[in-house]
Amino acid sequence: MAIRSFFIPFLLFVLCFCSSLSPVLSLYEDQVGLMDWHQQYIGKVKQAVFSTQKTGRRRVIVSTEENVIASLDLRHGEIFWRHLLGSNDVINGIDIGLGKYVITLSSGGSILRSWNLPDGQMVWESFLQGPKHSKSLLLVPTNLKIEKDNVIVVFSNGRLHAVSCIDGEVLWKKDFEAESFEAQQVIQPSGSDLIYVVGFSASSQFKMYQINARNGELLKHESATFSSGFLREVSLVSSEMVVALDSTGSILLAISFQNGEISFQETPISNLVEDSSGPAVIIPLSVPGIFVIKTNSVTIFIKVIGKGKFEVVEKTNHETAVSNALPISEGQQAFALVQHAGSEIHLAVKLAHDWDDNLLKESIKMDQQRGIPHKVFINNYIRTDRSHGFRLLIVMEDHSLLLLQQGAVVWSREDGLASIIDVTASELPLERDGVSVAKVEHNLFEWLKGHMLKLKGTLMLASPKDVAAIQSMRIKSSEKSKMTRDHNGFRKLLIVLTRAGKLFALHTGDGRVVWSHLLHKSEACQSPIGLNLYQWQVPHHHALDENPSVLVISRCGPSSDAPGVLSFVDTYTGKELNSLSLIHAVVQVIPLPYTDSTEQRLHLLVDSDKHAHLYPKTSEALSIFKHEFSNIYWYSVEDHNGIIKGHALKCMCIGEVVDEFCFDTRDLWSVVFPSESEKIIATVPRKLNEVVHTQAKVIADQDVMYKYISRNILFVATVAPKCSGGIGSVTPEESWLVAYLIDTVTGRILHRVTHHGARGPVHAVFSENWVVYHYFNLRAHRYEMSVIEIYDQSRADNKDVWKLVFGKHNLTSPISLFSRPEVITKSQSYFFTHSVKAIAVTSTAKGITSEQLLIGTIGDQVLALDKRFLDPRRSVNPTQAEKEEGIIPLTDSLPIIPQSYITHALRVEGLRGIITVPAKLESTTLVFAHGVDLFFTQLAPSRTYDSLTEDFSYALLLITIVALVAAIIVTWRLSERKELQDKWR
Amino acid sequence: MKSVKVVVPFLLTLTLSLSLFSFSFPSFGFQSDELLVDDEEFSLEGSPQHRSPEPVLTRSPPVTRKRHSDLDSSDSKIQFSLDHAFGDSDFSPAGTFSARLKTWSHGGQTLTKLRFSRNSFSNEDKEKFKNLLKSDDFYRIRLPSNVLSPPGRDFVISSVKARCLPREGLDEHFVIHMEGVNVLAVNYGSPGSCPYPRNLKFPAKWSFNSHTVLKNSEQAPRAPVFTEEILGGENAESEVVQPPERSFWAKYWMYLIPLGLIIMNAVTQAMNMPEEQASGQAPAQGQPSAGAVQRGPSSAARRR
Repeated sequence: MAIRSFFIPFLLFVLCFCSSLSPVLSLYEDQVGLMDWHQQYIGKVKQAVFSTQKTGRRRVIVSTEENVIASLDLRHGEIFWRHLLGSNDVINGIDIGLGKYVITLSSGGSILRSWNLPDGQMVWESFLQGPKHSKSLLLVPTNLKIEKDNVIVVFSNGRLHAVSCIDGEVLWKKDFEAESFEAQQVIQPSGSDLIYVVGFSASSQFKMYQINARNGELLKHESATFSSGFLREVSLVSSEMVVALDSTGSILLAISFQNGEISFQETPISNLVEDSSGPAVIIPLSVPGIFVIKTNSVTIFIKVIGKGKFEVVEKTNHETAVSNALPISEGQQAFALVQHAGSEIHLAVKLAHDWDDNLLKESIKMDQQRGIPHKVFINNYIRTDRSHGFRLLIVMEDHSLLLLQQGAVVWSREDGLASIIDVTASELPLERDGVSVAKVEHNLFEWLKGHMLKLKGTLMLASPKDVAAIQSMRIKSSEKSKMTRDHNGFRKLLIVLTRAGKLFALHTGDGRVVWSHLLHKSEACQSPIGLNLYQWQVPHHHALDENPSVLVISRCGPSSDAPGVLSFVDTYTGKELNSLSLIHAVVQVIPLPYTDSTEQRLHLLVDSDKHAHLYPKTSEALSIFKHEFSNIYWYSVEDHNGIIKGHALKCMCIGEVVDEFCFDTRDLWSVVFPSESEKIIATVPRKLNEVVHTQAKVIADQDVMYKYISRNILFVATVAPKCSGGIGSVTPEESWLVAYLIDTVTGRILHRVTHHGARGPVHAVFSENWVVYHYFNLRAHRYEMSVIEIYDQSRADNKDVWKLVFGKHNLTSPISLFSRPEVITKSQSYFFTHSVKAIAVTSTAKGITSEQLLIGTIGDQVLALDKRFLDPRRSVNPTQAEKEEGIIPLTDSLPIIPQSYITHALRVEGLRGIITVPAKLESTTLVFAHGVDLFFTQLAPSRTYDSLTEDFSYALLLITIVALVAAIIVTWRLSERKELQDKWR
Repeated sequence: MKSVKVVVPFLLTLTLSLSLFSFSFPSFGFQSDELLVDDEEFSLEGSPQHRSPEPVLTRSPPVTRKRHSDLDSSDSKIQFSLDHAFGDSDFSPAGTFSARLKTWSHGGQTLTKLRFSRNSFSNEDKEKFKNLLKSDDFYRIRLPSNVLSPPGRDFVISSVKARCLPREGLDEHFVIHMEGVNVLAVNYGSPGSCPYPRNLKFPAKWSFNSHTVLKNSEQAPRAPVFTEEILGGENAESEVVQPPERSFWAKYWMYLIPLGLIIMNAVTQAMNMPEEQASGQAPAQGQPSAGAVQRGPSSAARRR
């Protein structure tokens, strides 16, 4: 009795200790970087400005398509500072004011910010309102002053603002009433107090406003009509002349507005270029005296001579990028052009007034996988011999950023990795004799030194410098970045597809790019848009000699019914094995759970006409497919009109051309959500490759519950249509969220539950037999997370052991989803502090290890939360048996333990997705989080119970064993001697 | 050991569930707080063996009763039709659902008292159905997505392999998911299981045995908001952790036991001392074997 009374509190203590311990995965400071890596990117550069002042001379300020503004080191390409604006805060323009402020205009021209150039602190922020939406133009004149204030001129939202550069105060503003006026250029001729705003109105009218820069007074307003209209883009060739094209794109117009008089000069393009074909477009530039037009694939450089007279200076078939003009000395302006020719790119820097003379002409060998140059920015410096030197910053087709100087690539940044759209993992090659890529410590001295350092570290004799050296040795250990498969399956390749249509293979050990491959262009498809990545061939049992490969689905053009392109890429080498231009579109891709004899996975591609096409197109695949013909079902979600449909195959395609790999489909079921009350905002299926270790769950009172494990369940969340507005657009009474679990074979709604007063956005994750979703509760003004677990009742009778022994159970009988399911669900809701960007769940090789939810928080970090916190069987006072099972007492909110941020001190800026890949070691899972930054780490949700940790001291173990053996021998000798003495006594 | 433990609760739950089925109550009682407006009318989810005569169920040919007299002013009678298709054929009328439309004071409208009358199969239909059975094809049905203005936005379709239906007659089971007057989805199938290698079997009678269930959405349990409960919980917990009074022995047994052992050890040592001195000389005089036997325990005691 007495012992028991002690025992219970003791047990409680142990339980509390365990439960408080196990979710914490914190790591020690010196473990940072051992298993994780973090890479920072900025995205495709849209605009770059070079600082010309002394202090900032080594920097370039860039704005990117990922809405990043960053200051980069010109010498090495490293990031000095960086700010990620929100996804709806698109940057319209950047410039440098007063030499020390970075001015950015964003959010459709309504937010103007100033940042301190050296450290990136925000100095001020102004909101610029206006009567209507319009093009946004930012102009930072160098020497325009109003009462000692330097002025920034912003045209946005149909209004011209003059803003003080010092504090962001709006000095004056001027509305442009004309409804359809679209400003194209804001011009401030240097040395004058005038501002010209030129633009088009009603598509055929050219307008010019002359404004006093001191007070915003309208001095002159002129307009002129050109009967056949204009194309929107203009090129500024001088401070008094712009060049535009007429609406057919065949006539060049020189529009001069000298002294407020507008005059047109028409020149048909055919007069300049004999063999011009098709409509031309103007490439917007501001190089004095020169403009560029493009017809089909020909780029034409035209020089303006005199008043409205044009002269073609060069025509080229190569892909060309041209920079804006850069003033280099009094009256001289230089610009750069970059041409892509085969495996080289040609650079030329020319003076604006002298086409034939090149200041610089170089050819640089360029990696084919970078594609063509998209953009070029020019910067100059003074060489040691006092002449002008030029640096070029080039943005390539794959979104990478390169700095060229003196005919060489000084640095390059793979900024395509900032916009990953799909990820898959691939194994590395097996280690074979003589193929080992591992670099052994080559130098004996180095080797000895390393071991001496390690010894010092263990004996705690190391100085801080030594500690740092040990740390860097550990991080750079060659073991983890080998190019071969390891025993634990920690080393893999992450194959990522970026928005630029480039594939990268990242090594999980250190995150380096092993190979990269830009999607192949063909005559049929000039600009394939990468959509998805699938594992095409994963050899493991037989066919081990084959290399694994991935399937890249891309589309040829922006519309959804454009024909698709399939590319097959070897994941060991990055070589494109094959590329197929399809005649049909690809709307849906269904990887089937069947592989052929070479382990190629069968894929079903559904086109826009609802025909299903089987790939690979081999007779073997067809015979496998025919065998399973009637067991293939899929679903489609039409979220614009709120219908989910189920489909099955019907028969071979009926058409004029016989195609035995094409099949007709039919609709089996449909769920129609009432459009006035429900709108689909999230659909989450179960992961296809997930492994579930056990079907049954033994609960506290030795009872068994069977999980309802079906691969064909879809989680759907709908909200009231009113809820799609921003926060505050609905009252709690008129907002609701309905969660559904739908069987995708029969269309059965297995579970349906309404959360009143809840609204989106909904993020959800589906694994095994549970789904966790995150939403906002308007009544409680907090975010909430709910869990639904679904259990199978039809197999609940299989609890009798004798039945199991004698095989009288229905556990092995095939399950048909056409049977009426007997399921029960359990659910519970909890408050959660953060809003969420992404949710994922850890996945391990055999599914034995307990799961953790990985939550991408609004602060761009990844939080690991034990699934045990989201267990619908939690109650306020769990019974003794439940506590033993590990059920945590119910609390109203989920705990956020600071140590369980797996990103520790780092941030994955612009977090978009979290991917988990099982390692071979059951306890461990690999986690890859991507956004603008990339982060990778290993995670052991239940700690590494199946292997010794890296910091396990083998030396101590050895010493202990030796000491014990010695002690045994000594005591044995002693006792023997004693016994002998006793006997002689 | 464990097996026995599993069996006993299993038997208990089995009997429990059997008794619960007669109340037509889903076992575990988990969904007890669901908001079902017409709970008493639509008893559901009985496994086929335990099916009790349910008021909603209508056997075909049905007896349609007209009860215009006792209609409330807010109730009105509506009808909507069920269409069916054999394989990929076009849909044709197969029956009629009739229900009462109840208008609530807050403006919502729900259906109650759903009845179903199934048209019997014509000879042509029977042939078609037999063909479906032979080719293991789908039998499809559809309902309008809005019962007031059929077909609403679109029809809701459901289908089942025809071989799942035949039993004695043709058994079918409808679960109609409603949202007000909108039909969200209809789940159609056999009332029981449909084991996978589907065998070809023709029904003995060509009459339908229809079961219909109307389902509305259930309310989610609210997230627990407890401020008082937490305090209460803490009190309860502290009681468990610290019982008010414990005996001296219960508090200090971990010190007392070693102390006792030490004392016992000391006592035995003290008792052995004189004994050893006394017996010390005896074996030296020529009884080594006996001495060895005796010394065994004493040396052990000393070592301890």
